[in-house]
Amino acid sequence: MTQINVRVDGVTYTDDVEPRTLLVHYLREQLGKVGTVVGCDTSNCGSCTVHLDGVAVKSCTVLAVQSDGGEVTTIEGLTPQGGDLHPMQRAFHEMHGLQCGFCTPGMIMASVDLLNENPDPSEHEIREGIEGNLCRCTGYQNIVRAVQQAAGEMRTQGNGSARPTHAAPAEVDTAAAPHVVGQA
Amino acid sequence: MTAVEDRPAQAPEREVGKARRRKEDARLITGATTWTDNMVLPGMLHLAVVRSPVAHAKITAIDVSAAQEAPGVVTVLTGRDVADEQGSLPCAWPVTPDMVNPGHPSIAVDEVNHVGEAVAVIVARSKAAAQDAVELVDVDYDVLTPVLDMEEAVAEGAALTHDHLESNRSFHFVFDGGEAGTGTDTDQAFADAEVVVSRRFVQQRLIPAFMEPRSVVVQPQGDNYTMWSATQVPHILRVMLAMVTGVPEHKLRVVAPDVGGGFGGKLQVTPEEVISLLVARRLGKPVKWTESRSESLMTAHHGRDQVQYIDIAADREGNVKGLRCRILADMGAYLRLVSPGVPVLGAFMFNGIYKFPAYRFECDGVFTNKVPTDAYRGAGRPEATFAIERIMDELAAELGMDALELRRKNWIKAEEFPFTTVAGMTYDSGDYETATQQALDLIGYDELRAEQQRRRESGNPVQLGIGFSTFTEMCGLAPSRVLGSLSYGAGGWEHASIRMLPTGKVEVVTGSTPHGQGHETAWSQLVADRLGVPFEDVEVLHGDTSVAPRGMDTYGSRSLVVGGAAVVNAAEKVVAKARRIAAHLLEASEEDLQFTDGKFSVRGTPGAELAIQEIALATFAAHNLPDGMEPSIDADATFDPENFSFPHGTHICAMEVDTDTGAVRIRKYACVDDVGTIVNPLIVEGQIHGGLAQGIAQALFEEAVYDADGNLTTGTFVDYLVPSAADLPSFDTGNTVHEAPGNPIGAKGVGEAGCIASTPAVVNAALDAVRHLGVRDIRMPLTPERVWRALHDGGDGGDRATAGTNAYGGASTESTSGVSTPASSLGGDR
Ligand code: FES
Ligand code: FES
Repeated sequence: MTQINVRVDGVTYTDDVEPRTLLVHYLREQLGKVGTVVGCDTSNCGSCTVHLDGVAVKSCTVLAVQSDGGEVTTIEGLTPQGGDLHPMQRAFHEMHGLQCGFCTPGMIMASVDLLNENPDPSEHEIREGIEGNLCRCTGYQNIVRAVQQAAGEMRTQGNGSARPTHAAPAEVDTAAAPHVVGQA
Repeated sequence: MTAVEDRPAQAPEREVGKARRRKEDARLITGATTWTDNMVLPGMLHLAVVRSPVAHAKITAIDVSAAQEAPGVVTVLTGRDVADEQGSLPCAWPVTPDMVNPGHPSIAVDEVNHVGEAVAVIVARSKAAAQDAVELVDVDYDVLTPVLDMEEAVAEGAALTHDHLESNRSFHFVFDGGEAGTGTDTDQAFADAEVVVSRRFVQQRLIPAFMEPRSVVVQPQGDNYTMWSATQVPHILRVMLAMVTGVPEHKLRVVAPDVGGGFGGKLQVTPEEVISLLVARRLGKPVKWTESRSESLMTAHHGRDQVQYIDIAADREGNVKGLRCRILADMGAYLRLVSPGVPVLGAFMFNGIYKFPAYRFECDGVFTNKVPTDAYRGAGRPEATFAIERIMDELAAELGMDALELRRKNWIKAEEFPFTTVAGMTYDSGDYETATQQALDLIGYDELRAEQQRRRESGNPVQLGIGFSTFTEMCGLAPSRVLGSLSYGAGGWEHASIRMLPTGKVEVVTGSTPHGQGHETAWSQLVADRLGVPFEDVEVLHGDTSVAPRGMDTYGSRSLVVGGAAVVNAAEKVVAKARRIAAHLLEASEEDLQFTDGKFSVRGTPGAELAIQEIALATFAAHNLPDGMEPSIDADATFDPENFSFPHGTHICAMEVDTDTGAVRIRKYACVDDVGTIVNPLIVEGQIHGGLAQGIAQALFEEAVYDADGNLTTGTFVDYLVPSAADLPSFDTGNTVHEAPGNPIGAKGVGEAGCIASTPAVVNAALDAVRHLGVRDIRMPLTPERVWRALHDGGDGGDRATAGTNAYGGASTESTSGVSTPASSLGGDR
C-alpha cells in the first residue's frame, strides 16, 4: 500500500492504494466517482477520460499513485454541486450528442481539453481531436456539432471555466429542425 | 393513415414533431448514472470466469485446488458442480420442426466448443482476487479439430462441431413463393430468363461492441432474487431464467438500469447471467460479474456471418423475373436466444422493394467452433438488403443499364401500396420515387456524375464512385400470430400503463426497455399530446420487472411502433374514463363534452370545464364519482400490431478510391428515410447517424477474424476497428413522411434503418468507382489491401476469391465473377 494525496473535484483525499491500482479504479471504487466508466482494457475507448492537472488523460492508463499531489477533475466535478452545467455539457444536451450516454463523460472531458488546446477547431480538427474516444451510438456528427457550439460559446465567454447563466434556447419544431428536408 | 378525427384536438404547441431535448440527458451528462457496474452491495462477492483457450476439446480434468486456496477466494465452481441446476441456455426460436439444438450449458461440462467458453467460475471477495485466481485453475484439454469454415462444415466428411450430432447443420429453412402461392415457379422463371446473374456474397462476422461492457449483479433475499443486468430484455430474461434455473418467476425481479448500448448484443440470456444467479443462490450472498472488453469481444454473441449465393433473373429490358437465395448462416457453436431466427427473418426481405414474380429462399444454419451469433442491429435485414442491393447493381452492369434506372423500372410504385410481395409481406406505405429524388438533390448527384466522368477521362489515380441503396425493412416486431407462424416462442405485443397521480402528474409505465433510444422523452411527448398535460409532468418508468411488470422489451425497431402504440392506447383509455367522470361532475352528457388542451368543456356552455388534472384529484378524493366507478383513471393497454411497418429510403454514397493504394474515403453521404410519423426529429436524426456509422463500419472497417485454431484475432479495440470520429464523414439526412397505417402513431421505426441501408450503398459506390477497371466485387470490409488486391489481382480481394465446393455440396461455381448465361448458371447442381 502506498499513501497518496490527491485533490479530486475540489476535495482533498488522503488514501492508501495498492501500487497496481489504476486511477479509474481508485476514482470509482474508493471515492465512488462512478461517473467515470471503463469501456476497454487496452486504452482505446476513452470512456475513462478525466483531467489530471488540467489535461485530459485516460484514467485507465494512469496509476493512482501517479496522481499523488495532483488535481483531478471528473465529469462530476465539471458541474459543481448546484452549479450551472459546463457549456460542453449543455452543448451535448442541446445538440443531442449522446444516446446511451456511456461514452459521454469521457467524450465531454476530452472535448473540453480539446478546446483548451484549440479554442476554434475546424470540423476536421474536432474529429481528429476526439479520435481517442469511441462512441457506438451517435455516429459522432452531433458530438462534432456539440463541440462546435461549445467552442463558440466558450470563446464569447472568454474562457472555458466561465459559467454562462442564460437559459437553453427554445425548443425547435419540426419545420425548423435541421436536416428535415421535406414532407411528401 | 390514422384518421385525424381519432385524435384529440391539439394544443397549439403539439409535442409530437418537436425536437425536444432529451430528459435522459441530465443524468448522463453529469455522471449521475446507474450503470450496473456502479452497484455496490454489502458483502458483495465478485465473479471471474475461467474460459477455454481452445476452440474444440474434451475436458479431461479440472484442478481447482490452487485457485480454491488463493487469497480472497470464497469458492470455485465448475460445470460439473452445477450440472444439475444449470439447465440449457434457451433458444426461443426453433425455426423448423426438425431443428437440431445441441444444448448449451452455461458452464461447460465435458467439452468446450469455442474459445472463451466458460469452464469454471471463481467467487472471491474482490474482483482483483477473482481475476488473479483464474490463472490458477488447471484444465486438461484433449484438443479436437475445430470446425471454422461454414462451407467446409457442410461438405461431405467434414469434422463435427458436436460429435453427438450427425452433421453441422442445425436446420434447413425454405421459403418458396411458388409453393406459398405468393409467386410463380422459380426454376421456370430462371429457365425462361434472358439474363441470369449469380454472385457469392460474404456477410462477415461482426461484433455488436456496445460501449458498456456487460455486467450482472444478483442479490438474494431469502428465496427472492433481484438481478440487475446490462440487458435489453429484462422481461424476456426473467421468464427465461425462471425456466432455465428453476428460480420461480414471481420470486425473481430483473432490473435493467441505465444500459450503455445494446444493438442486439444485449438481447440475450447469457451464460454469465445464469452463472451469477446460480452462485448467488448457492451462497446466499450478492454477487457481481463485469466483463472486460476483451472478454466481451470474445464471448458476447457476434452478428451477421453468412455466405450468400444469389441468382437474379431478368429480361434484356431489365424487368426482373426471379430471385434465388441460398444462404449458409453461421450459428457458432450453440444456439442462443434467437440465433436461428436471424436469417429466417431476413428471408422475407431479400426481394427488397422490387416486384419479383418468382422467389425462393433456402438457408442452412451451420454449427462451427466459434462464439454463437445472434441478433445484431437489423438482424437478418442488413444481410438481405446487402444481397439485393448489390445484385441489382451487378444486373445493371450486365445489362449496361444505369443502376438507378434498373431499380426504378422494378420497384413498387407509390400508387400500388399496400403491396403484397413475392415473399408474402404486405408493405404498408411509401413513395420510393420521391425519397430517391430528394436524396439525389441532397447529394448533388449531377455534379458528382460529371466529376466522376472527368476523373475517368483524365485517368486520375483517385477515382470517384456513386452507390445506391434503395431499401425497405420490416420493423415493429411483430404481429404475434406471424411470429407464431414462424415458430418464434413468444408474442410481439407490448404493454403500457398510465397512472394519473392525484396532483395531476402522470406516470407512464412501458414494457419497452431503452438503452439510448430516448423513450423517456418520446413517450412523454406522446402522452403530453394525448392527455393535454405538460411534457415535464410526465415521468416514464421502465426496465424493472417490479415496476413495469409486463413487456417484450427493445429490439427490432419495435419500441415506438409497438410500445409507443400501447402508450397511446392507454392514454386514450385514460381520456375515455376521465370523460365519464367529467360528464358526471359537469352534469352534462358525454356527447356534449369536448376535450381540448387537457380540458373537458361542455359545448355551448361557456365556463363549464374541468382540466384532466382536476379530474385526477376528484378521483383520488372519490367523493363524487359515477355509481359503481372505481376511483382511478389509470389504464393499461396491450398493443399487438396487425402487420409489420416498412420504413424505406434511398441512401447514396459518393466514394473516392485511390487506385494506387487501395484506400477508400467517403466523399459525401446523403440519405432520405421515410420512418412514418416523426415524434422527435432530434432522436430520429441521431438514430440514423448512429446506424449509418455501424453500417459503414461493416462496409469499411469491422470484421471478427478467427485464426486457423479458432482464436479470435480481433479480440481488442486495437484489432477490431470500431470507427472513431476521424473515420467518418458528416451525413446529409432528410425525410419523407408516409404514416404507417398499422399503429395509432403512424410511426414505422428508425433504429436500424441507417445500419441496414448504408452497407450496400458504400460497397456499390466503391465498385462504381473501379468497375471500369475490371473489378466486379470486393469483399467486406473494404480494407486498402482488399481493394488493392481486387484492382491488381482480379477477384474480390477476399481471402477466398472463388468458392470451392458450394453451399449445397455441388461443384464449384464461378460465383464471384458469375455473370452468366442461363445455361451455365443452371447447369450442374443448380
Ligand atoms: S477504459 Fe480507458 S480508454 Fe477504455
Ligand atoms: S452515446 Fe452510446 S456510446 Fe456514445
